[in-house]
Amino acid sequence: MPILSFLVLPQAGAMEQLCADLSAMEHCEIIPSDNQEVVVLVTDTPDEKTENKLQEMLKNLPSLQSISMTFGHNAE
Amino acid sequence: MKLNRRAFIKSAAAGSAIVAAGSIFPGISFAGWQQQEGASGQISWQKAPCRFCGTGCGVLVGVSGDRAVAVKGDPNCSVNKGLCCVKGFHSVQALYGKDRIKKAQIRRNGKMVEVPMAEALDVIAAKIKETMEKHGKDSVAMYGSGQWTIPDGYVASKLFKGCLGTNNVEANARLCMASAVTGFMTSFGIDEPMGCYEDIEHADVFVTWGNNMAEMHPVLFSRMLASRKRKKNVTIIDFATRTTRSSQASDKSILFKPSTDLAVANAICYEIIHNDWVNWDFVNRHTTFHKGKTNIGYGTEDHFSFTDVPEDITFEQYKTFLEDYTPEKVEKISGVSAKDIKYMASLYGDPTKKVTSFWCMGMNQHVRGTWIQNLVYNIHLLTGKISTPGNSPFSLTGQPSACGTVREVGTLTHALPHGVVMNEHDREMAAKIWDVPVTNIDPKPTYHTVEMFRALDRGDIRFMWIQVTNPMVTMPNLIRYRNGALKDDRFIVVSDVYPTPTTDVADVILPATLWIEQEGMFGNSERRTAHFDRIVPGPGDTMSDTWQIIEVARRLGFQKQFPWGEDEYIGKIWEEYRRFHDGPKHNMASYEMLKERSGVQWPFVNGKETRWRFNTKHDPACKPGTDFDFYGKKDGKAWIWARPYEPAAESPDQEYNFWLNTGRVIEHWHTGSMTRRIPVLHNAMPESYVEINPEDAADLGVVTGENVKIISRRGSVTMKASINGRGVPPRGMVFVPFFDESYLINEVTLDAFCPISKQPDYKKCAVRLEKA
Ligand code: SF4
Repeated sequence: MPILSFLVLPQAGAMEQLCADLSAMEHCEIIPSDNQEVVVLVTDTPDEKTENKLQEMLKNLPSLQSISMTFGHNAE
Repeated sequence: MKLNRRAFIKSAAAGSAIVAAGSIFPGISFAGWQQQEGASGQISWQKAPCRFCGTGCGVLVGVSGDRAVAVKGDPNCSVNKGLCCVKGFHSVQALYGKDRIKKAQIRRNGKMVEVPMAEALDVIAAKIKETMEKHGKDSVAMYGSGQWTIPDGYVASKLFKGCLGTNNVEANARLCMASAVTGFMTSFGIDEPMGCYEDIEHADVFVTWGNNMAEMHPVLFSRMLASRKRKKNVTIIDFATRTTRSSQASDKSILFKPSTDLAVANAICYEIIHNDWVNWDFVNRHTTFHKGKTNIGYGTEDHFSFTDVPEDITFEQYKTFLEDYTPEKVEKISGVSAKDIKYMASLYGDPTKKVTSFWCMGMNQHVRGTWIQNLVYNIHLLTGKISTPGNSPFSLTGQPSACGTVREVGTLTHALPHGVVMNEHDREMAAKIWDVPVTNIDPKPTYHTVEMFRALDRGDIRFMWIQVTNPMVTMPNLIRYRNGALKDDRFIVVSDVYPTPTTDVADVILPATLWIEQEGMFGNSERRTAHFDRIVPGPGDTMSDTWQIIEVARRLGFQKQFPWGEDEYIGKIWEEYRRFHDGPKHNMASYEMLKERSGVQWPFVNGKETRWRFNTKHDPACKPGTDFDFYGKKDGKAWIWARPYEPAAESPDQEYNFWLNTGRVIEHWHTGSMTRRIPVLHNAMPESYVEINPEDAADLGVVTGENVKIISRRGSVTMKASINGRGVPPRGMVFVPFFDESYLINEVTLDAFCPISKQPDYKKCAVRLEKA
């Protein structure tokens, strides 16, 4: 049951789109910065299979420029 | 309760991201975040350096009971400022693979049988003694690792060099860092980078030389991208032989033909001089010009030896030498357009821009590895862009303690914790600190890594103890060295945490503790030493590599040299070791301070870390009255080298018409022996593959997922094709990651090496392809 957190940077000018894209994804909660183009993303998935699928979707988001992990928890 | 705990963990996850954002984007605010106070006290957090690359991120390991369950980036660690990559976050799961080696094993009648630890240690000690009596002191060897902790490497060196009297101590860092060392020694007379990671926030331009940082140093790459986002005027140039994730995120990707980085670096220097972008004040006061031997060979034959003979030259002679490297001439050799060469030169030459160059294996694993380091230093020296914030030629390390344990402790055949075995004064210092007769320390180096495995094959070495590394996957031209290790009358001891192709050739296997199951220290790329406590217990009979060596040393009669108790030995070893580095050029922090902080940089002088060496403003070791002092050289001046372009040891021809390039992927650490046991990482990248250019794939008639046979003069391997995957090689090149022991790509590679550093070139040999 992984819980992860990330810092996500949008592509140039795509902050709003990124927030919309991430909010629409299951298992994702976001905390956008109010003064910089940076989003905190917390993911909470029921199992690793779902987690892998979610990671794949994140990698392919056109509004996303880079994603860096800051926290991980994976105990049963 | 369970829900509470989950809410608490989610709140902690958000909190650590917000803290990380705060140190990367000063002044950032998240007004919408409500910190949730949930259940607490169920997870306790302890600091450690991550062990899965040379970046040296600080992590906080969350422990529940006696099990490590979570990881977060340590916001107090200036390396990563709270960030963490996918390997770092999953790292604790490497402790809990189902097939952990928990008991010692000895080969009896061809079968491995479990034995008590004490019995295995008795056998090892007896075998060392017997082999030395029968075949001489240099018939026994220790082969260690840049993943050894500092105490591991220190006691190995003390036992073998100080007590047993053989210089047969090498480490796998020879395969990853040796050219970086000889590059520093030849250009500056002293090892390790002058700059630090803070250069990332100061630089305006980054040039990455053959360095896929997005996958290999992901946290540093994130810091670069964050700096570009924050400052807006930052340019990242990816200068490489294939297109990777780093190329995609860079502002410009420039591809060069293998080995021609030498020619391009010279062409950049030609342009800097031609356009009078030279910082004459700096060059006149702080540099001298030199040349060395040329046509220096490739080391593919046994007993190969080479010694460079440096000669002084004038600036005018250097300028004449560069006439062969005009951008137009180099375009023909390198495939890089003269326009792009001029563009790169203009970035380095612009006095208003601060430039940082990063590199790692692309420049190190290179048959002219020492030369290419010299040439990139030349660029920074000619422009005076060195040793100041943001101006940094920065050699990154691959392993968590290649710097700390191998380069600083000196676990290579020629080295001592301070200096080299050839130097009488250095031998005397070692003998005094180690409490051994100075005559014990042999003034002659023995075998560098490739030659050590050749010696094992020939029978010059009969006993080898391998710790924290997996050479039966990583040695180039592997078939010869595996057959050598399997010969009768060779005795191989392997200390490891999981079964590997190296434990397959072992006569004794010792179960080792892993990472935070023991206390230790690592030293990262930016001269930072980081301490970690024993945070969780190791399983079964596992024992730290340091303690294994101490146990064997005592059995061999060296109680006096290894007197420490099990509850104190790491602190005692550290305090003994740091006597070697006493002085302003390399002073190290005390044990107490290391325990307290998330890493401390050396030179650590008068309670202060040194961020930029050789710069009088920052480095107390510099002579007063000058702005820069390259004190590794007697006259305080750095060397600019005339080094030519020379081709690889083996280039594609009619029969073997492709380049083979090998390397890593973000999910896996080295040979995958740990990360392939982490389900998430294994599932994300379950097996190795061969990247082929789409046009070559079409010619061959293969599509992604179909099998291709890669054949060299030494061996072959059949694996699935990847076309337009995360990496795309140019036409005429294939790329294979080496993490997967089911596809031993090193049976195909060539054991050619840089004649100065003796580091093999894993990036360039000739192969042909067949559809399988
Ligand atoms: S970048 Fe390297 S040191 Fe940092 S978390 Fe990732 S693997 Fe560990």
